[in-house]
Amino acid sequence: MKALCWYATDDVRVERVPDPEILNPRDAIIKVTLTAICGSDLHLLDGFIPTMKRGDILGHEFMGEVVAVGRDIKKLKIGDRVVVPFTIACGGCYFCQQGLWAACDNSNPNAWMLEAAYGFSGSGLFGYSHMMGGYAGGQAEYVRVPFADVGPYKVPDELSDEQVLFLTDIFPTGYMAAENCAITPGDTVAVWGCGPVGQFCMASAWLLGAGRVIGIDREPDRLRMAADKSKAEVLDLTKVDVYEALKDLTGGRGPDACVDAVGMEAHGNTIGDWYDKAKTATMMATDRLGALRQAIHCCRKGGTVSVPGVYGGLLDKVPIGAAFAKGLTMKMGQTHVHRYLPALMGHIQRGAIDPSYVITHRARLDDAPKAYKTFRAKRDGCIKVVMKP
Amino acid sequence: MNMELTFPEDAREARARSDRNLSDVERWASLAAGAALTAYGLSRLRSNGWIFAGVGGLLLRRGVTAHCDIYEAVGLNTAGTADDTRAALRGPRGVNVLESVTINRPIEQLYRFWRNLENLPQFMSHLESVEKVTDTISHWRAKGPAGSVLEWNAEIFNEVPNKLIAWRSLEGADVVSAGSVNFDQAAAGRGTRVTVHLQYSPLGGKVGAALARLFGADAETEIREDLRRFKQLLEAGEVPTTAGQPRG
Repeated sequence: MKALCWYATDDVRVERVPDPEILNPRDAIIKVTLTAICGSDLHLLDGFIPTMKRGDILGHEFMGEVVAVGRDIKKLKIGDRVVVPFTIACGGCYFCQQGLWAACDNSNPNAWMLEAAYGFSGSGLFGYSHMMGGYAGGQAEYVRVPFADVGPYKVPDELSDEQVLFLTDIFPTGYMAAENCAITPGDTVAVWGCGPVGQFCMASAWLLGAGRVIGIDREPDRLRMAADKSKAEVLDLTKVDVYEALKDLTGGRGPDACVDAVGMEAHGNTIGDWYDKAKTATMMATDRLGALRQAIHCCRKGGTVSVPGVYGGLLDKVPIGAAFAKGLTMKMGQTHVHRYLPALMGHIQRGAIDPSYVITHRARLDDAPKAYKTFRAKRDGCIKVVMKP
Repeated sequence: MNMELTFPEDAREARARSDRNLSDVERWASLAAGAALTAYGLSRLRSNGWIFAGVGGLLLRRGVTAHCDIYEAVGLNTAGTADDTRAALRGPRGVNVLESVTINRPIEQLYRFWRNLENLPQFMSHLESVEKVTDTISHWRAKGPAGSVLEWNAEIFNEVPNKLIAWRSLEGADVVSAGSVNFDQAAAGRGTRVTVHLQYSPLGGKVGAALARLFGADAETEIREDLRRFKQLLEAGEVPTTAGQPRG
């Protein structure tokens, strides 16, 4: 089959590789009908995520048709059309049973690696480095899905692939980020990063009863989408002082909740941002955290900072003093996709939201390397790329 | 909480015997050579004789105690005490490993699975097979270095249903070892805590050194990964893997 493989920083290629096979009794094989490039895939392209190996197949947002099942799979049949959560969960451990699917104890075959780095390991992920399990990803014609009686979720016939694909990651991720804001009716939610996760976070904030939603970015196309499609007020961080602007918009109080939907590769022009760029460029730091610093700084007293943006390492100059002094609540983490999937599928079926609005580019899998570069450069208004194998 | 493996023997003589790792022939040879060297050295103290006297003194000590530090370090034992599990694992001599894991399954299920020792190779990666001989005695085969096979018999010498299983190797073992596994109820709704205490000794005759390599420098890692697989098998029904998947 064809698959998008990682070879080195800035080097991804479409290669011919063997088809996947059933390896465990609870596996299924999915024939991919639609897949996407995630913003977090760019961290792989940029070499920010350790334990990648040459030839690793990328991709954790994918859906398709079941073409084979292991002997213990009872819930899925060949021919079923499913979306597949990017977090792999066994369903039997304490964490899965608490609904903390992304904290699954049993799905990461390389758990020891993360235990060394983080103390404990979360769930395995598709196509996202060996410390996250080393599972081959879904930017391919076929993909093997472990614990397939837990993750894959059947899609109603009337919904198109483009409408449901983002249930695999970014829609639930944006939704959980908004839910982590503990929104009460009338709250103001400010979202740093108007990429796809930021867009879905803004849309979800409305679904959860926010009174005002503010999107912050520096890309005109993304700000336009935030205003037009996610119905947010927008701030261009290259044009205004974000802290002053947010104060003005909130009667001097600050947003009730601030969301960092940017993560470890933030771009900015403050002294702190240049400090991070210098340190990461010289391998003295692992993450750039301009968005996180600003979110903490701008948040109202007693407010919430929610972090769906991915961080990987040890962060420098985090304003914990400000967070402490203001009594902030901070929530973060990998998305418990399984928990949100049924309800969000319901929202789509009811017509409350059509997540396909973030798609700006449609490509063939063969063009994936080019699509990665376009997406990274935000060239041609690129916000979200979907690909057909 | 843990089953400490202690072997109640109060006789001082038994303790002395357990320190022995020299045969009687070597013991007497050490004494004779030690005495001769010491006498020779003492007679020439002015021309470096003190060196001979010092070495002689060490040999005398080796003969009197029937214990050789070098033998211990390289895993040799000519006294015939290595086959005795108690002697081999006494005090600081055996390597001790203690690991625990919490499993989201009822105590009875975990106990039953473990008590059927033939299940152990499903999650203990260095084991090739365990065969039941009697209800309490079993025959174990493990992968040794360079394709070799290590074998031993073990007996369960203590068991409390749904609480504890303790075992030790029997005489003539390639691997002198003893271990216990405890099953405890974790706090409400949090499953079962499984604690493994394993002792093994590199004083295992001809394969002592091989055993050390078998467990690597880090036996704790080995046991921790075994327990992780035990948990995966019981909670998820399979051990997750990526071996055999495609790559570019």
